[in-house]
Amino acid sequence: MAEKEWIETLIYTKSGSLTELGTHYCPGCTHGISHRLIAEVIDEMGIREDTIGIAPVGCAVFAYDYFNMDFAEAAHGRAPAMATGLKRVNPDKIVFTYQGDGDLASIGAAEIMHAAGRGENITVIFINNAIYGMTGGQMAPTTLPGQRTTSTPLGRDIEVHGFPLRMCEILSQLDGSAYVVRRSLHNVANIRRAKKAIRQAFEVQRQGLGFSMVELLSSCPTNWGMSADEALTWIEEHMVEAYPLGDYKVSPSIAVTKKDEGR
Amino acid sequence: MAKELLKGNVAFAEAAIRAGCEAYFGYPITPQTEALEHMAKRMPELGRVFLQAESEVAAINMVYGAACAGVRVMSSSSSPGVSLMMEGLSYIAGSEVPAVLVDIMRGGPGLGNIAPSQGDYNQIVKGGGHGDYHPVVLAPASVQELIDFTVEAFDIAEKYLCIVIILADGSLGQMMEPAELPEMKKVRSVKERPNWALTGARDRDPNIITSIYMDPLVEEELNRRLMAKQAKIEANEVRFRELMLDDAEIAVIAFGTSGRVAQSAVKTAREEGIRVGLLRPISLYPYPYERVRQIAGKVKEILVVEMNSGQMLGDVRIGNEGRVPISFYGRQGGVIPLPDEVLEEIRKIQSRINASE
Repeated sequence: MAEKEWIETLIYTKSGSLTELGTHYCPGCTHGISHRLIAEVIDEMGIREDTIGIAPVGCAVFAYDYFNMDFAEAAHGRAPAMATGLKRVNPDKIVFTYQGDGDLASIGAAEIMHAAGRGENITVIFINNAIYGMTGGQMAPTTLPGQRTTSTPLGRDIEVHGFPLRMCEILSQLDGSAYVVRRSLHNVANIRRAKKAIRQAFEVQRQGLGFSMVELLSSCPTNWGMSADEALTWIEEHMVEAYPLGDYKVSPSIAVTKKDEGR
Repeated sequence: MAKELLKGNVAFAEAAIRAGCEAYFGYPITPQTEALEHMAKRMPELGRVFLQAESEVAAINMVYGAACAGVRVMSSSSSPGVSLMMEGLSYIAGSEVPAVLVDIMRGGPGLGNIAPSQGDYNQIVKGGGHGDYHPVVLAPASVQELIDFTVEAFDIAEKYLCIVIILADGSLGQMMEPAELPEMKKVRSVKERPNWALTGARDRDPNIITSIYMDPLVEEELNRRLMAKQAKIEANEVRFRELMLDDAEIAVIAFGTSGRVAQSAVKTAREEGIRVGLLRPISLYPYPYERVRQIAGKVKEILVVEMNSGQMLGDVRIGNEGRVPISFYGRQGGVIPLPDEVLEEIRKIQSRINASE
């Protein structure tokens, strides 16, 4: 039998908006997925050379090592304020922050609230994994009632620690918010939806429509004490219930954009 | 340009604008709010950025963000607000981006009051935020100096990629006196921004601005770089004014408003035949230690006057190196010492000197 000729077809390549460096993230962590989605969106929009990112304090503190674009590293929770300063003096650039739940919903609650309230024309990628990753698994403002963390060893007791904050629900109430949605990274279908939302958020900024945020339900297998697979299942079975997926704020002007794009 | 009657807070804000300040972020706090109000009106007129932040914490981080973009940017506040900025200032120092801040000090600690004080000396001059750094600190004693030092602050900040803080007090912020504003400087175009600035990685490698170095040896490199920079600043940027020190037996050392009060007292004492002179440090960091050392070698006693409990006193002691006795006269809580009170201290010292001879 004659040897079959191999035909090489490139079906996947690393995004040009990512560097060659391997990430420091734990196996099974979804940070890698969200980085890739953002990078692909930036590639597809052709805006890498006009985009400035802001890294948080948290596991993604070294995000600037992985994204191939101008980047700054903010103080804990202050990324939206820093992004505000950068964007106001660089109004023609695309400025995005990448923040975890401790950074955005706890120590940075004031900064995110007011950035949204001002309708600051920035994009926020909000990683909600219901735990503090970098410091080793303490309670986050998004930790679920009953969830065990190293600072709630018997599970989050709502009598003591109160209730989780639902940031999409809160921020969508503000008039300055143009696009506020929650997606999840627990399976392929949801990852594809997440990417579309990230694209929409960057488009919102490009068109100067106001504050945009995509919350991504994410996994932290290491600090949840689970395998990668179990962690994804845990998102689906527990987090999605507490943090319903959906579009919380889509300003009417974006709806028009969407329709135009569909034509 | 001709002199005009200007309020300190308005004067330094307008001076910053004329020095090419492209963005101002602030939060209302007495006794510096007129600066924020002036910026609110003038910056949009000129097509520049003014934003009232939700807090001083946010304001200084907005300054940090704009500084990363390579523009001339500033904030101003007063003592409690400046405390809130310490975190951001430390990050700015660690990232080595230029920024200017004006602190119009008021009485404290805590909420204190809105009267003039010099109680932030240690916090501002010794660093303030966490970690190892020094902002350059300039202390004006008149509205004219408030203007001149603000203009100079932007140049120094860019020259050394550091923070420059104008340390003034409520009396200077609120005072009106004749002063001359500089000519309007042209604002830099985007293309003229420094090559380290975050302006989008077009036709170049990405620029990264960060203050985290996990490897202690790499962090130490940053610390050493900051130290080398500080050595240059200490060699080149020491500033002070002095009066009638040539034949003085008594040296009064005081900065800012205290220095201005002391100047009146020194002049009156001279009329009484007391051989007294004045050293008024302008740069509080870098401190004029060498000049204090020289003066201590010539006089019989030093009097330090401050509107606090004796914070600069420590720096005078360092410069004095135990040569001559130092006495301290201070008013606290927002009280400005009267020239007569300082004069009385000078007379007491003179009597001590007479008695010992």
